[in-house]
Amino acid sequence: MSELVFTGVTVRFGHRTAVDDVSLTVPSGQVVGLVGESGSGKSTLAATAVGLRKPTSGHVRADGKVQMVFQDPYSSLDPRMSIGNSIAEAMPRGTNRKAEVARLLELVNLDPGRAADLPARLSGGQRQRVALARALAGRPKVVIADEITSALDVSVQGAVLNLVRDLQRQLGLSMLFISHNLAVVRYVSDRIAVMKDGRIVEEGPAARVLDHPGHEYTRALLAAAPRRTTRLEAS
Amino acid sequence: MRRLTVLRSPVGAASAVLLVVLVLLAVFAPLLWGDRAAAIDTDAIGQGPSAEHLLGTDQLGRDIFYRVLVATRLTIGLALLATLIGVVTGLVLGSVPAVLPRWAARVVTSAVNIAVAFPGLLLALFFAVIFGTGTTGAVLAIGFAIAPSFARLTQTLTASVSGRDFIAAARVCGVGGFRILTRHVLPNIAEPLVVNATLAAGSALTAFAGLSFLGIGVQAPSYDWGRLLGEGLNRIYVTPAPALGAAVAVVVAGLAFNLFGEAAAAGHRQRTRAVTGETPHPAGEGPHDGLLTVRNLRVTFPGGVEPVRGVSFTVHDGEMIGVVGESGSGKSLTALAVSRLVEHPGTVTADTLAFNGKPLHETKDQELGTRLAMVFQDPTTSFNPTQRIGRQLAEVSEVHQGMSRKAALRKAADRLGAVRIPEPEHRTGQYPHEFSGGMRQRAMIAMGLMGEPQLVIADEPTTALDVTVQQEVLRLLAQIRHDRSAAVLLISHDITVVAQTCDRVLVMYAGRIVEELPTDELFEAARHPYTTALLKAVPDMDTDRDAPLAVIPGRPPEPGEIGPGCPFAPRCPLADEQCRTEEPDLTTLRDGHRVACWKSESELAGVR
Repeated sequence: MSELVFTGVTVRFGHRTAVDDVSLTVPSGQVVGLVGESGSGKSTLAATAVGLRKPTSGHVRADGKVQMVFQDPYSSLDPRMSIGNSIAEAMPRGTNRKAEVARLLELVNLDPGRAADLPARLSGGQRQRVALARALAGRPKVVIADEITSALDVSVQGAVLNLVRDLQRQLGLSMLFISHNLAVVRYVSDRIAVMKDGRIVEEGPAARVLDHPGHEYTRALLAAAPRRTTRLEAS
Repeated sequence: MRRLTVLRSPVGAASAVLLVVLVLLAVFAPLLWGDRAAAIDTDAIGQGPSAEHLLGTDQLGRDIFYRVLVATRLTIGLALLATLIGVVTGLVLGSVPAVLPRWAARVVTSAVNIAVAFPGLLLALFFAVIFGTGTTGAVLAIGFAIAPSFARLTQTLTASVSGRDFIAAARVCGVGGFRILTRHVLPNIAEPLVVNATLAAGSALTAFAGLSFLGIGVQAPSYDWGRLLGEGLNRIYVTPAPALGAAVAVVVAGLAFNLFGEAAAAGHRQRTRAVTGETPHPAGEGPHDGLLTVRNLRVTFPGGVEPVRGVSFTVHDGEMIGVVGESGSGKSLTALAVSRLVEHPGTVTADTLAFNGKPLHETKDQELGTRLAMVFQDPTTSFNPTQRIGRQLAEVSEVHQGMSRKAALRKAADRLGAVRIPEPEHRTGQYPHEFSGGMRQRAMIAMGLMGEPQLVIADEPTTALDVTVQQEVLRLLAQIRHDRSAAVLLISHDITVVAQTCDRVLVMYAGRIVEELPTDELFEAARHPYTTALLKAVPDMDTDRDAPLAVIPGRPPEPGEIGPGCPFAPRCPLADEQCRTEEPDLTTLRDGHRVACWKSESELAGVR
């Protein structure tokens, strides 16, 4: 069992309430997609799960370790540290680092021979795989993916999404997958939560939320998502 | 190799040579001339310059020229020692707040802030009094005087690095504060710190000379340049040479350190700065058959890098055209070249680059400013944060249409209304930060409407926006086109967005257009393997959730990496020998559909 449970989490910055009394459960081995506009509090909520931010009130409980993959692979890897060292840094003590780095690079479809490379020699997609390998190095049960494909080129985005889905299934990870892109969230998630102004306005199984949205805001999001079949005319 | 760039500038090279000379003198002068500098000659007391004694002799008849040379070791050594003390103290004071508990960090930071407020030399004098006169006292005094500004610099740099994601990532991985500091923060701020330490050494040297000159630095029988200067000054009106010798040495050494530091800093800035400047250079003339005619457009950068390699297309009146491509495909540079915004050292050439039937380089700024509107990706950085929105919009009409201030402001309010910003009169008096992201992007479009645009170029206008706002902005562009029959060139990485709004799509890859086709044929009749792969790789609201997404292996080439052959060949399932050696031209397939691919239609049908 490796649930991630937010209970009544509120985060305030001064007078502004970024996250407002959020209760959300990421069930064991499932992917919960979290959608919402920028500034709706998605990333702040994620930060409370990994301890980067303390909730003003409420609490977060996770069975097992929680790790996070960040949005921008160009800033989430130390430019002066080899990718092998970046990955090794996250490992528990007493691990055979070299072998484990090679195994993890292999796992994310990168050549283990590149462990000594600096991030500058890697493309955006490759860097994001390294970031994923680093998150997995800590043997987490729960992984938080915060907009991990937003900074990637569209032709590499698909490969990263496939990888995330494979690894999640293979390792039985519980995952909170944050994105503003509804199509991406739809593709990877078992459940979908919709966030607006710091609150979760709707949460449920992906198919239900997408096909029978209960909240007016969810309907607005779905209507605005670009589709191939519809044309947008002047209103 | 990167570190040697400082030597390439004349100032850097000259100061480096001087520094080497100084170090050699510091090491060897006392060994070679130590005896001569100390030799007392009672027959030659207080002499002026002569062939035997180049700078004369002092009260005990010692040769001043050799004393200046020999004093190099003590002067430079003490200056470096003081700098070392200052830099280490500053580094510690500046970086410990990152690992201390919050209250302790605040105490340290405030102490540094107060210390920074005092001039360095004043601090040095203050410490010199505390530590007592003498060499040790002076070294500590100057060291501690350097420390506060260095601590402040370290704090500032640390703060700028601490905000980066890799620090947060390390923290999430459970890496301790001290290790984060030594492994992640310090290596990333080392370069500017080293540059500043060099500059600090220069000022330590002059400060030390000052203290010795005042008699609170080096004490007899030891001597450094400051002390020699002090001794020589007593008789500067009789024989100026002894004082000048030491003075020149101080000036030359101080300059060497400072100039080397400046040159290193300049090198550092050059590496961190993006390309700037301007020399748009459009050229050529040809048939003018559309609103915007582009033939064989190229954008080149020094070193033979060509991010746009022969792009040709036409935009007709009232058309909405989408340009799709990934980062590095040259789509944004194409837009910039068309708006004459490519900055130095980029060079733009074209067989034809004509707007409204006139070569672009002959079009007056005024005409371009009113007939062509540009909308950028990030509306936050496109407005001046210190000016009211209304002023910024009005400026367009004041400059380009010669309107009065008042009339221009009225027009600004009218245009804000046109992009459906509520209470436009009230909004003109607000600052950009009072607008939401979507509102700012609409204001940006309103700015484009201040003229009478025939062409709106929108470069990723919705990328920074949320889906609901994105839809509004796209609708607005469609509306402008509908109401004013203006043409729109919409640049996007999102093929779905383009498919929804545009009449025609240009697909760019590695600096070229690889396919051009009507949007309603996009999903059924796209021919180029890149276009079809892209369509399959991007999930949309109808993608099959149970199948893996189609993947395009590899990555797009960087502008410098493009060799012979089709640039997509390394990632293409159909590529053969011809694809790898010869680049296909964009050829017309049928009316309105052009494609650059060697493969025949039957082969391509197989991959679709």
